[in-house]
Amino acid sequence: MAQVFLPYALRKYAGGVEQVGMLADTLGELIDKLEAAYPGMKRHLVVDGALKPGLAAVVGHTATRRGLLQKLEDDVEVHFITAISGG
Amino acid sequence: MVATFEPKTDYKVIGTRPIRHDGYDKVTGRAIYGGDLTLPGLIWGVCVRSPHAHANIKSIDTSAAEAMDGVLAVITGADMPEALDKLVDLGEGNVNFKWASNKLMADDKVVYRGHPVAAVAAVDRYTAEEAARKVVVEYEVLKAVTNVTDALAPDAPIVLPDLVGDDLGEDVTNTNMAEHVRHEFGDVEGAMASAAHTIEREYNMQMVHQGYIEPHNATAVWDEEDRIKIWTSTQGAFAARTQIAGILQVDVSKVKVTPLEIGGGFGGKIPVYFEPIAAILSRKSRRPVKMVMERVAIFETTGPTPGGRMIIKLGADSNGKLTAATADIWFEAGANPGSVIGPAAMCVYAPYEIPNTRIDGWDVVVNKPKTAAYRAPGSPQVAFAMESAVEELCEEAGWDSMQFRIDNVSREGTRRGDGVLFSKIGMEEVLEAAKNSDHWNAPLGDPPLGKKRGRGMASGYWFNIGLKSSVNLAVNSDGTVTLVEGSPDIGGTRVAMAMHVAEVLGIGAHDVRPSVVDTELVGYTDVTGGSRTTYATGYACWIAANQLVDELKKRVGILWDINEEDIDFSDGIFNSKAESEKTIGFKELAGKLADLGGPATSIGNVDLESAGDGFGLHIVDIDIDTETGKTDVVRFTAIQDVGTAIHPSYVEGQLQGGAVQGIGWALNEEYYMEEDGSMANSSFLDYRMPTSLDLPPIDTILVEVPNPLHPYGVRGVGETPICPPIPAIANAIANAIGTRLYNTPMNAGSIMEALS
Repeated sequence: MAQVFLPYALRKYAGGVEQVGMLADTLGELIDKLEAAYPGMKRHLVVDGALKPGLAAVVGHTATRRGLLQKLEDDVEVHFITAISGG
Repeated sequence: MVATFEPKTDYKVIGTRPIRHDGYDKVTGRAIYGGDLTLPGLIWGVCVRSPHAHANIKSIDTSAAEAMDGVLAVITGADMPEALDKLVDLGEGNVNFKWASNKLMADDKVVYRGHPVAAVAAVDRYTAEEAARKVVVEYEVLKAVTNVTDALAPDAPIVLPDLVGDDLGEDVTNTNMAEHVRHEFGDVEGAMASAAHTIEREYNMQMVHQGYIEPHNATAVWDEEDRIKIWTSTQGAFAARTQIAGILQVDVSKVKVTPLEIGGGFGGKIPVYFEPIAAILSRKSRRPVKMVMERVAIFETTGPTPGGRMIIKLGADSNGKLTAATADIWFEAGANPGSVIGPAAMCVYAPYEIPNTRIDGWDVVVNKPKTAAYRAPGSPQVAFAMESAVEELCEEAGWDSMQFRIDNVSREGTRRGDGVLFSKIGMEEVLEAAKNSDHWNAPLGDPPLGKKRGRGMASGYWFNIGLKSSVNLAVNSDGTVTLVEGSPDIGGTRVAMAMHVAEVLGIGAHDVRPSVVDTELVGYTDVTGGSRTTYATGYACWIAANQLVDELKKRVGILWDINEEDIDFSDGIFNSKAESEKTIGFKELAGKLADLGGPATSIGNVDLESAGDGFGLHIVDIDIDTETGKTDVVRFTAIQDVGTAIHPSYVEGQLQGGAVQGIGWALNEEYYMEEDGSMANSSFLDYRMPTSLDLPPIDTILVEVPNPLHPYGVRGVGETPICPPIPAIANAIANAIGTRLYNTPMNAGSIMEALS
């Protein structure tokens, strides 16, 4: 079961909790299940069938480059953070 | 799945210091920069810029300019295509084409001083400048806001009336607040309430510029087939192509961007400025159009890094362990949304393990140039606040701040302020190297007469990035290898890429000839930025070189009439597994390829998820003249986990360059703003950056904790070193004069005030 660390702005949809467990094979499926469990969340994460621009998903230690197709291993941590940038 | 590698040490090429391939061209003036470029029929473009930071445009009359002899085109905001109001992923960072277009050319309102309102193309620069002066613009001047406090006041003038701000997921209108984000983990309030020691301090910083020497420039041809060719100084030809196509509303395949040599960028040459304007002028004039920016415009209109306000609160137990932290960060976005609140939040607590944390960040629109990335964007600001607060907490509690850093150090498994867990990092090793360094253990010594001496240290962090890179290799008949890449070379990356290839092929670094090419000659490559190039493009080189070895084994198989699986390759020599005396060297084989299947080429492509975080610590000794307040840096040591140093000279150079820019930021640099929103010091005479005469040699200690995510253990190194100098100097000033400064720049005036 993936451990999803909810961005602060989305915690209101899940009763204020920091973290939820969710069974899913891919990041896309996980977000769909989040939406089913906590309606209103998906529009903050997905736009036009892809991760919302400006948002990055960190799966385990790494910011995924596979978007919604990213496979999820058991007990992996999932974070949604600001997309990366640099100088 | 992320590949991991065991560290090696027995390299032949990695770790050596060959002369860079572009060195002779650079020092003899043969290298071609944008300002050098000429084309048949070339004409010049210049912008007409607003003298006001905030004003409505009532009318623009271009008739006198258009009537001038030699003027071939005049454009205004009405000539700009209507770009999409949509955030688009650039790979590294994002762009909203509507805001990006509005930044380049005002429509009905100017929102920063120097905002272009029209552009003129003429047969030469002087005619274009004269024509630009004939464009008559009538303004209704509005009150400007130039700092976050004024911009968030209830009665503040609204910079962008159609801005919809995002306040923790809720839409907000009639505001200068573009975004409010929060990260919160653990029981922050409870932990802070039960802390044995707490400290809360506010810090303010002024906007500063990257200060690259080479001005922005662009030359454009919009031809009869609606193909747009751009030559420019950019950190990323593909990112430039995406922006140009988006702003001009054409397909990316219609745009070819050729990156020329680049004279510094530091993040400021990721956005485009002149490219779309030059293209529209070219379409209208049917001539190639060249534009080169003047220094005043560079300061007034191109991406500085945000100033802002920060409040840090720390809590620790009686044993000196951090238990809670909060950070409130307000950053100036400039005249369009999009400051670096996100990276700042990722970086603020990174060197420390703190179980309960909250970070609030606000992106605030002001009447100043739209900010851009600048070397570890967002991190130097929060490092100043966090590292100053850590030092002051230790002072108040009577703790040794080096030991405090060791006791609270981040390591593998520590959770960053945004919740993400660190993988293998080297902050512990950096602290150990600092604690054992000659500088840290040397007596401070007595200052000269009339001066006070102090020592300070501070940590710094940048997360580094991976992303997309593509390279091509081809073997030449003389045994050299052509390397084609898409990463503009800012800090010596051509030689670093050549070394990646040479190490695999068992040849010399100068046997590999690297070229940075245009967007039609190599696969998509993300920007040279984020400390990604040696890591990611180097990784692509390693893949391509290994593929080339596989290809060459097939050719040796033809030569010896054996299977490629029966051939080994090591140190540039192919040999038969069955007959060990049967060998052929890489160079000899290259000469025979014409009869063994012809050209031998390979491609390396990567899209890397993570890059390995970068940590550093700097130590500085300063002397302060008590009569003038002038600060002299008398000794400086930069210590950093660099993974594996591919070319140690250029790694040291990155540490030294970052330190120097941080020193300038700490002591002198600032956008000095007048009340009307104009910048009072928009020249290198008045915007005081340090020169070699201002500084001692910067000593470096390279800590090599190989990054398991890269085949040679590379970690990005370019950005971390700008983070520690500002707080290290603040801590040294406090140590020297017994008074702490909370605002930058910590210039002579501030110090005299503190001394009095």
